[in-house]
Amino acid sequence: MGFLDIKKATKSYGSVRVLHETDISVEEGEFLVLVGPSGCGKSTLLNMIAGLEEVTSGDIAIKGRSMNGVRPADRNIAMVFQSYALYPNMNVAQNMAFGLEMHGIPKPERDKAVAQVADLLQIQPLLDRKPGQLSGGQRQRVAMGRALVRDPDVFLFDEPLSNLDAKLRVDMRTEIKKLHQKLGTTIVYVTHDQIEALTLSTRIAVMFGGHVQQLGTPKEIYDNPANIFVAGFMGSPSMNLFPARVAVENGNAIARIDLADGAAASLPFPPGNAMAAHDGRDIVLGIRPEAITDEDGADRNSKAIHRIETRVEVTEPAGSDTFVVANLGGKEVTGRFRADVDVRPGNTFPFAVNMEKAVAFDPKTEQRIG
Amino acid sequence: MATNASANVIRTGGGARFVIYTLLALFCIYYLLPLYVMVVNSLKPLSEIQAGGMMSLPHEWTLAPWRSAWSTAQIGVAATGLKPYFLNSILMVVPAVAISTVLGALNGYVLTKWRFTGDTVVFGLLLFGCFIPFQMVLIPMARMLGLMGLAGTVPGLIFVHLVYGIGFSTLYFRNYYQQFPTELVRAAMIDGAGFFTIFRRIMLPSSGPIAVVCIIWQFTNIWNDFLFGASFSDYDSQPMTVALNNLVQSSTGVKEYNVHFAGAIMAALPTLIVYIVAGRYFVRGLMAGSVKG
Repeated sequence: MGFLDIKKATKSYGSVRVLHETDISVEEGEFLVLVGPSGCGKSTLLNMIAGLEEVTSGDIAIKGRSMNGVRPADRNIAMVFQSYALYPNMNVAQNMAFGLEMHGIPKPERDKAVAQVADLLQIQPLLDRKPGQLSGGQRQRVAMGRALVRDPDVFLFDEPLSNLDAKLRVDMRTEIKKLHQKLGTTIVYVTHDQIEALTLSTRIAVMFGGHVQQLGTPKEIYDNPANIFVAGFMGSPSMNLFPARVAVENGNAIARIDLADGAAASLPFPPGNAMAAHDGRDIVLGIRPEAITDEDGADRNSKAIHRIETRVEVTEPAGSDTFVVANLGGKEVTGRFRADVDVRPGNTFPFAVNMEKAVAFDPKTEQRIG
Repeated sequence: MATNASANVIRTGGGARFVIYTLLALFCIYYLLPLYVMVVNSLKPLSEIQAGGMMSLPHEWTLAPWRSAWSTAQIGVAATGLKPYFLNSILMVVPAVAISTVLGALNGYVLTKWRFTGDTVVFGLLLFGCFIPFQMVLIPMARMLGLMGLAGTVPGLIFVHLVYGIGFSTLYFRNYYQQFPTELVRAAMIDGAGFFTIFRRIMLPSSGPIAVVCIIWQFTNIWNDFLFGASFSDYDSQPMTVALNNLVQSSTGVKEYNVHFAGAIMAALPTLIVYIVAGRYFVRGLMAGSVKG
């Protein structure tokens, strides 16, 4: 049993089921990120943990205590909202102390707690200001401060960084991570940004269509996606997915890809790969951009680097890398090249594909095969 | 606000500006003329009015008509002046405005932040209440007041105006609170605030502009109401408007026009003061939410 247990929880509005049976167990001190596109049910699940939405069936328990029918105020949680939700008529100190005041904590203790957290977040100079006089980043800090002051069992973050500009978002991301490492608090964090999910979390739940598609560490999610949705959603640029067929030669599996000109390219799986059991099967082959490189940039430790020559369609220099788009089997494929490789659109160029990193999915069920 | 306004102004040349201001001044004079006539004539002895020259300034300035209108003029059967009726109006309008504003705010709060099934129907019915003609409710209301034992009393009038006022005040506050971020209410819920605490600590402090709109609207409507006042009051509970009518209609002896003018100004003064004090918030409140930023 975990610190925060979500057991077979569902949510329906009338006959519309927005969250299907969900089981997640969060350990104390974990940083769980719920990630998915809009409408996937992640915010609903967060609101259910907060008690702002009723659980239709199933149970949510914090520290072993069932939260069904418990008011949000009595769950010992704190929440940071996307819009920060700072009370406009109160100054920063009053904003931060409001929750304590509502819980009947005497004024001297409130002041002490606010001072402590203000110190931690370095917002002491802002304590007398109204939210309207703060910048976006400062409001974000105050919103976090308001949550921290309560010293809750679980912190809930509802897309807290999506209203900030790109630079500030990266800074605040680091800050949240630092804070988590320092305080060791249990956090459930909702975002639609997969980079935020990968960088912040100790575990990720990828959600889509009201289902948890995969629950695992960032590395598991990234390297071993459970299905095509997870593979395509996590990572930027997203994983290359193209149709292929398995062939077995000398006991080793090969992915055959039909090229536009009628020829076929072969990409052998590493020796001993489980795909050898699927001779003749149609698959969707998934390869991350960083596993498709120029030959010199290929991973030296990999034992399954294969060369494939194809025409370059577009190059996108991104400073540190150059993303190269080519056509393979009728589908666009993005490779991640070193920035200084001389590659031009229209030319044929050898690509090095690291097949150790390749994954295969069933085209019909979209689930992982091997 | 200032930068905003100047950005919306279309620049015009000096000539055009002269024409515009002249026209505005003319309109201004035209609209202020009745007030001028009332003030000037309320400060004249009756003989000067009877001698003609409504527009001229008094030869002999006097406050006697004001004193008479306030405390000694014949109102209906009693020579009490308007004083007791002015008090009646105050006693009626203050609670009626206060209660209908608070209830409207509560209704708006519930209808936007604590939605329930059928809330749009409830709101629709409340809105419908705004459009029921006064005449239609006269007889049912008289019966109701009789049953409640409030017939012919100031509390009875308060009740009538309250019933009519809630529709409008709910409409105002509901539309205003719809713009109010729901996340604030949710944050307060998580912080441990209850229904009324959220209302008092979070919603009300941000409701200034719309409260002013609501108060001005209710105050003018209730203060100026004649029909309900004439229908549901007794001699001792008549509001100012009815008393003013009685003052003017009293047919003993000569018509004291100067006293009538003084009484009319007295009846108009409270609404005038409310507009002057809170008028700029009124415009601001009406505009609130229509433009961002």
